[in-house]
Formats: sequence, C-alpha cells, structure tokens
Amino acid sequence: MSDEATDSPQAHEGLVPSAAEAREQMLEIYPKKTRRKREKQMLVNDPGSPGEIGANSRTVPGIITQRGCSYAGCKGVVIGPIYDILHITHGPIGCGWYSWLSRRNMTRIRKAGETNFLQYSMSTDMQEEQIVFGGEKKLALAIQEAYDEFHPKAISIYATCPVGLIGDDIHKVCREMKQKLGINIFGFSCEGYKGVSQSAGHHIANNGVFKHMIGLDDTPVEGKYKINILGEYNIGGDAWEIDRILALCGIKIIGTLSGGVSYDDITNCHMADLNVVMCHRSINYMAEMMEKKFGIPWFKVNFIGINGTKKSLRKIAKYFGDKELIDRVEEVIAKEMSEVRPVVEDVKTRTSGKTAALFVGGSRAHHYQDLFEDMGMKVISAGYEFAHRDDYEGRDVLPHIKMDADTRNIEELEVEQDPARFNLRGTADRKAALQSEEFSFSDYEGMMRQMGKDTLVIDDISHHEMEKLIEIYKPDVIGSGIKDKYIIEKMGVPCKQLHSYDYGGPYAGFKGAINFYKEIDRMTSTKVWKYIHAPWHDAAPAAEAAAAPEPVNA
Amino acid sequence: MSEDTSMLNEPLHATRNACKVCAPLGAAMVFKGVSGCLPFLHGSQGCATYIRRYMISHFREPVDIASSSFSEEDAIFGGSRNFKAGVGNAILQYEPELIGVATTCLSETIGENMIAMIRDSQKDVEITSRTPLVHVSTPAYNGSHSEGFHAAVKAMVTHFAHIDAPAHASPTLNIMPGMVSCADLRHLRELAGLFGMNAVLLPDYSDTLEGASWDAYHRLSPGGTKVAEIRSMGRSLGSVELGHTLTTGESAGAWLEKSFDVPNFPLGLPMGLRFCDRLMGALAAISGRATPQSLLAERGRLLDSYVDAHKYLSGVKAAVTGEPDLVIAMAGFLSEIGIRPVICATGTKPRHFKELLAGEMEGGIEDVSIIPGSDHHRLEAAVREAKPDLIIGTSKAMPLARALGIPLLRSGFPIHDRFGAQRELTLGYRGTQALFDRIVNALLEHRQESNPIGYSYL
Ligand code: SF4
Ligand code: SF4
Repeated sequence: MSDEATDSPQAHEGLVPSAAEAREQMLEIYPKKTRRKREKQMLVNDPGSPGEIGANSRTVPGIITQRGCSYAGCKGVVIGPIYDILHITHGPIGCGWYSWLSRRNMTRIRKAGETNFLQYSMSTDMQEEQIVFGGEKKLALAIQEAYDEFHPKAISIYATCPVGLIGDDIHKVCREMKQKLGINIFGFSCEGYKGVSQSAGHHIANNGVFKHMIGLDDTPVEGKYKINILGEYNIGGDAWEIDRILALCGIKIIGTLSGGVSYDDITNCHMADLNVVMCHRSINYMAEMMEKKFGIPWFKVNFIGINGTKKSLRKIAKYFGDKELIDRVEEVIAKEMSEVRPVVEDVKTRTSGKTAALFVGGSRAHHYQDLFEDMGMKVISAGYEFAHRDDYEGRDVLPHIKMDADTRNIEELEVEQDPARFNLRGTADRKAALQSEEFSFSDYEGMMRQMGKDTLVIDDISHHEMEKLIEIYKPDVIGSGIKDKYIIEKMGVPCKQLHSYDYGGPYAGFKGAINFYKEIDRMTSTKVWKYIHAPWHDAAPAAEAAAAPEPVNA
Repeated sequence: MSEDTSMLNEPLHATRNACKVCAPLGAAMVFKGVSGCLPFLHGSQGCATYIRRYMISHFREPVDIASSSFSEEDAIFGGSRNFKAGVGNAILQYEPELIGVATTCLSETIGENMIAMIRDSQKDVEITSRTPLVHVSTPAYNGSHSEGFHAAVKAMVTHFAHIDAPAHASPTLNIMPGMVSCADLRHLRELAGLFGMNAVLLPDYSDTLEGASWDAYHRLSPGGTKVAEIRSMGRSLGSVELGHTLTTGESAGAWLEKSFDVPNFPLGLPMGLRFCDRLMGALAAISGRATPQSLLAERGRLLDSYVDAHKYLSGVKAAVTGEPDLVIAMAGFLSEIGIRPVICATGTKPRHFKELLAGEMEGGIEDVSIIPGSDHHRLEAAVREAKPDLIIGTSKAMPLARALGIPLLRSGFPIHDRFGAQRELTLGYRGTQALFDRIVNALLEHRQESNPIGYSYL
C-alpha cells in the first residue's frame, strides 16, 4: 500500500481498502496471462502524471464485456442518427434488427414531406443462398427497391460479419447503383470483427462521412458565429439543449454530428468557422480531417455539467474574440445559473459526500464526473468501455501509441488541403495570438488528469471486477449501461444508464444539469433496498421488530 | 408510409422492420433456463452484446452471454484458439456447471467444425473437461429466434438424456414449453403438480429471468432446470411439447419417444378452451388422474366469460404477428371467441405454416391472409387492406399500430415499451382468462376513447 493510498477518503473511514488493495483483490482470481493483461487496464490514478493504460486492446475471449462491435459503432452510433439517409444493413437479420432505434438519439423532422428513416430497420436479411452464392445481387435489388419507394436523398449500406467473408464488394454495388439512380449511395465496411470494439466502427464511419458527404454543398451560411458540434448524438435531447443555449448566445450551429441532423446539414457543415468536439473518441478523426482539408480549427468542449458548460461557452466566445459575443455569453450564463443554483444547492445537502463510479462509453465516464462534482459527490472509480489511451492520458500520448494489428486494419485516410476551399477563416493570426494566451486547440487532456488521486481507473471493466468494486466500495450510484444495470441493482446499488439515460434526459447544458441533479438525488435517496428482508427475517434486532407495523388485517 | 398494397404478393428483396430476431437469441434464452448454464456465442462479440441487450430490455434482469470475441484474423483463419481460451476463461470466472455454445452467422459462414473444436478443448484443458459443452448450430440466415430456441432445447435433451440415468424420485412429466413468459412457466409447473406430477421444464427461466433481489452476489442467476433432471428425461412418464411447429420435424419430445419410449404429446401452446382441453387430456392420460375440480372450475368461468363478452367480440377482426407457435395458437384461440384473425403473419418461414393454421382455426382460413416470412412493412400493407380492429404483436408493431390508429395488444418477444412482459400469463384456462380479459378491455378502451361522447357504461 502506498502512502498516498492511505490518504484516500475511503481509507480514512477505516472501512475500505486503498485503491491499490482493491485493484489487487480484483486481479487475484485471474489466470496469469489474463492477469497480466488486466493489470495494464487497471490503474491507481495520479492526475499529476497519468500512468500508461492498456486501453483499446482486444477483449479476452470468454470475459463478458459491455463492448459491442464495429458495425454497432458505425451504423448504430455515428451514421445511424442522420435521419434523412436511408440506411440498409447488408447481412443476416439480427444485426440490423438489433440496431433499430435502440439508441435514444432523438430526431425531429425539419421540413414537411421529409421521411424520418430512423423508424425503419432495413436489411437484406441474407439467407443461406446469399451466403453460398454471394449477396451483391440481393443488395442491388434492395437498393433499387428502397429507391423506388422512398426516393431518398442518399442511401447508406453497412456490412456485417458474414459479408466480408463471402467477399461481397459492397462498394462496387454502391458505385453502380449511384450511377444508375443518380443519388448519393455509399457503403461502410464495418464488419463486426474489425477492431476490438465499436471504436473501430467510429473510425470507419468518420472516414466514410468525410469521403462521401462532407464538402458536397458550398452554399454560404448566414450568421456571424458559425460552428459545428462534433461527437454529440442527441441522446435524450442533449443536442437540443445545447442548441437552445447556443441560440441564446447568437451562435449558429450548422451541423451536429450526429444527432438530430440531416444529410444537408452534413454536406454543408464545412462552411463553419469552428468545430467543437464533445465526444473525442468517436469523432476526433473528423475534426482532424476537416482541419487539414478546409482549415477549420477545433477544440474540445464539454456541455455536461455547469462548469463544463460555462467553460465551453466562454472558450467559444473567446475564440471569436468579439466583445458583443463575450458579453452575451456572460448574460446567458448568469440568467441560466439563476435557475440552476437553487436546485443544486438544495440537492447538495443530500448528495454531498456520496460516492459514484462510472463505466461508460468513450467520453461519458469523463464528462459526467463534472456533474457529480457539481453535487459534491466523489467519483471513486471510472473507466471507459472502448476508449483509447489518449482519452485517458490526453492527446500528448498520441505519438507514443503503438499500432497493433487491430488498429492497422482500419484505414487512415490521406487528407490533403483543398486549395480552393482551404481557408483559415481569417483566424490564422488570431489562432497564433490565442495560442500564446494558453488557449489550446486540437486538445484533449483526457480523463485521468481530472480524476482524483488514488481513485481507480478501470478500462473495459469485467463483471467480476464490477462485483468486487461493489463489494469493496458500495458506491451510492453507478453510471453504466443496460448490460450492467440489472446486475448492479440486484446487488443493491442504483444504476443510472449513461448510454440511453434510462428514458430520461436531457442532461447536457443548464436545464440538463437540473434534470440530472434531481435524478441522482432521487436515486441515491431510495430506500427500496431496505426492504430486502421481511420484518420477520431471522435475527432481526429487537428494536426493528418493535418498530414493525401492526398487521393490516389484525 | 405507402398506401400501396400491391406488393403484398410480390417477393421483396429487402426486409423492412422485421418480425423476427436472430437464431442465437432463442438458443441463449434456452441456456438461461438450465441451472448453472452459461450461454456462449462462438463468433464476434457484437452478436452477444446485442442479444444480451434485447433480452435484458425484455426481462429487465441481468443476462450474461460470453463470446469468443473473434478478431479479423480469427474470422479468416478460424476461431479455435479463441474458442478454447474463451471457454477456459468463462469457466474460471463463472464456474458454470455447463456451457451452452451457439454459433453466429460468422462462425457458421466460415464453417467452423464445432464438434471437433469442443472435443479438442475438452481434451486439452484440465478444467474444461469437467464442464460439459452443449452445442447448437444457429445460423441466423437459416432461421429465426424461434428456430434457434427449439434447436437448443433439442440439443440439451440429446446431449444429456441417457438410458442409464437414475429414475426420478417421484412421478415426473417432461414439458417443453416453447418460448413463453416466466409466469407461464410457473403455471405449467403448477398444472403438472395438480395432476400429481413433478415437471422437468426445459427450459425453465422463470427464476433466472425473473428473480428476486439478491442479498449475496451470484455469478450466475440462481434457478433453472438441473442437468440431472435433463439426464433423466428418458425416465419420465411422458412429454408434452408445446408449439405447433414442433410437430413438423423431429423434436426433442419425438426423440425422447424414439429413444426411450417416453410417450410424446405434441400440442400447441395451450391458449383457449380447445388447446387447454387438449393439454388437460394429455396430463390426465399421462398421470392416470382425472382433471381436478379446481381446473374444471377455471374452465367453467372461462367459458362463462366467453358468453358474457360475446357482444363485444362478435364481428371483431384482428391481425396477429409474432413467433409462429404463438401466432398459430393465438389465431386458433381468437377464432374460438368470435374474433376473426384476418391476418396471420410471422417473420420466419416455418414448414406447413398454412396447414397448421388451417387445422386449428374455427371457421376456416378463406378470409385469412397468411404471411410467412413477413416483416412489419408487409404486415402494414395487409392491415391497410383488411382493416382489423386489433393488432396482436410485439413492441415492434407499435409504430404501425399508432400510424393506423388500431389498438395493439403486446405479446411475444420483444416487449420493451410496456412493463411486466415476463409476468404476463397467457397459458392454461387461467392464462387464457387473463388474455381474454386483456383483449376485451383493449377493444373497450379503444371504443371508449375514440368515441366523442365517451360513454362510461359499455
Ligand atoms: S451475425 Fe447473425 S448471429 Fe450475429 S447478430 Fe447478426 S444475425 Fe445475429
Ligand atoms: S455479426 Fe458482426 S456485425 Fe453483426 S452484430 Fe455480430 S459482430 Fe456485429
């Protein structure tokens, strides 16, 4: 046990072992090889100098993981939410069916007559015949059929595991059908076995969106301050809350990739002056590529939590450097905070000092720490499901990340400056000036620098580790996903789903923060588990027995 | 959405909003119903994750499914290494009594030799040799969750049932219940008990997928049919097998009859008087006891309610969609209470679907549009044409029911926009009664709400 470890808040109470001891207890049962691997994915945190974490490595077979596949990351997460593209899954029925509106990325139709394709799950529903003789013909017919009935602006095709193996060339089919039908048709080779998690699918999706959609429409966009929000998926309406706040400030969002967004927004979004990135993991590729090609600078923001939201708004205002905007942002913050303050103050009286653990996604395990901090709660452990080292340790480790076979298999697009459209948006000098004021671009400092000392960072947490964590720390709430929710709750700890928000949300921005505070207050105050034992349960202390209510039918 | 109904008879190339899920999901559900069994999918991890997610949202219980987590290399060169490592790790972590191994489209496409792989893994690893691995082949390009379910039941039985297994301690009945709710499973067990028999229910996920809160951690949810019970299924008094589609191939019950002379009673899901009567007849025949008075009383009350509700039901038309066994039983039941099941659609293409329906429907099938291999799009076209008063289907039928303003009674898998699917009772006289009341009330509610005056006396 290290000296620092004894300083951890739990250790003070004398009840809970240090992070290092807890880690050891989790690792104990593993066979040597598995242990060696898991050791690298479980670190005792030191925010001053984050250790090297073995993230984005392959899940050990047989260890039950929350992770999904690359198809899920591509179709399910990044492109799926573009509502006016007609999406067709090429494969057997399950993959497409499972990704049918199962994320709560919200959408509303903008113009009359549009079709919201998210309500559909279209699949080529491959049968044995296609597995044996190939599925290209069926795919082409499916595209034709979809076109005849819907006349969409664009059609997007997603390959599932068997497709790559039987050698269907979906890109060829897409090219031919694009030529034939005269609409934009493109495909994604996001077979589920590629990469180690949905993260590979994010990358594949970024590449495809960049190649086939970005930059197609140069129509100028009105507005003084034009930005895109990248990596915001409008779960539970988060993007709409961000829209609301930015609209109050007078900032125009051209495209939110990808939440409540249309094909036209995406083809036009290179007309923005700035990209701000919410979920670094799923979309940093896009930010980089857009900067290279069009000269649009980017930086990381976080609209989860009031401090994050305030900081992000101020940074955007400072970037544009306009006094009018800077003042407007302050006014908006002041006004919104007058609503948030009484709520958080009240909630804090109950939540202060409580503990939370977060195992989710590629950015949320970080972002949500802000909200818990707002409420005076401590995050004792956190980890991502599919993030990479840079999301933990910060982007400065990027040059040091070793390429493994899984990563090498994902295409890196060669992006060049677009001579006609590359434009530093008059900010070349401004950018230099800002940078000298410690205003950082293309930045992400990662989760570990913000997390407390001697907390536990656990990447791709397994069931066994979760069970141990609960046994050791018994956190007041755990933020995770549906695959863990019910096991956590069986063990008497409330679980907030931070992928889907459990039917709730929004949690972004100011109004979202209020929703979240109330929700966590409610969850951490629940008394339901007190009733696990019936009043007559053996060895009930006399006092409890005495307090037992009279039988109703007495 | 399109008004066009001409496509009803045309073969379509794409499936839009499918009425079926994939085969390994059905297998996983069976594995969850065997005590100490850990489901394991041989393929990429995505399938396991997706399947867990849907089972969890239907049952609202933890569902663990391990996977061999294929990489790109494994997809090309075969996954035997992953399989062995995966099984070993799963055993160390979860200490299962057995592992149910189902394949995915990926491992089926590359033609993995599962039998050899299983043999091999059990030879090499000391620890795996003590844990039986039961294998079922479940390519989704060759069958839906419903086929996967039945195939897994059969795999369990043929794997374990043995001639030398000890006799049961008390008179015992095999029940292969099909894909039914936890409440139905409990009721079937109760019914066997009323005839003085113990039941080996295969599967029985009534506890594993609808358990109590825990005061201690369990690696695998407690409950399920014990392997020892499955071993002795060849020594039971008889088998009842619920589900019409099971009658068209060699089912687990048929195999038990052939191998061990255990009389098999292939029946449909016992919904409605006629199908329940058949079940009671079988239970009486197997046990040698008469149907107990309490059940006759339930039967009497059910019939009485048919009479009472007749004024609400006569002339009503319904569309039914879901797993084939459910559709056939439901349609038979509806035809018995005076509702015309004018559309019978299922996502998969079971053998003799039409004949099976024809055999069970009061009033024939001339006016019924029977759609095997349907999706919700084809279903919608049929609904627009036939204009039923009620749709019986899963949560996935909600958008179409809403668009057309027709009440939807949720049944089958999945139900993730209503609470308590696992507690919904539909089998036996009692279950039929509950289902019957729900149907009548759904119709009454709709009539009341769509009436501008809103009469409160109906
Ligand atoms: S590949 Fe097959 S088994 Fe896997 S999710 Fe898709 S349909 Fe189901
Ligand atoms: S088959 Fe592949 S693409 Fe489909 S769900 Fe499974 S892992 Fe994902």
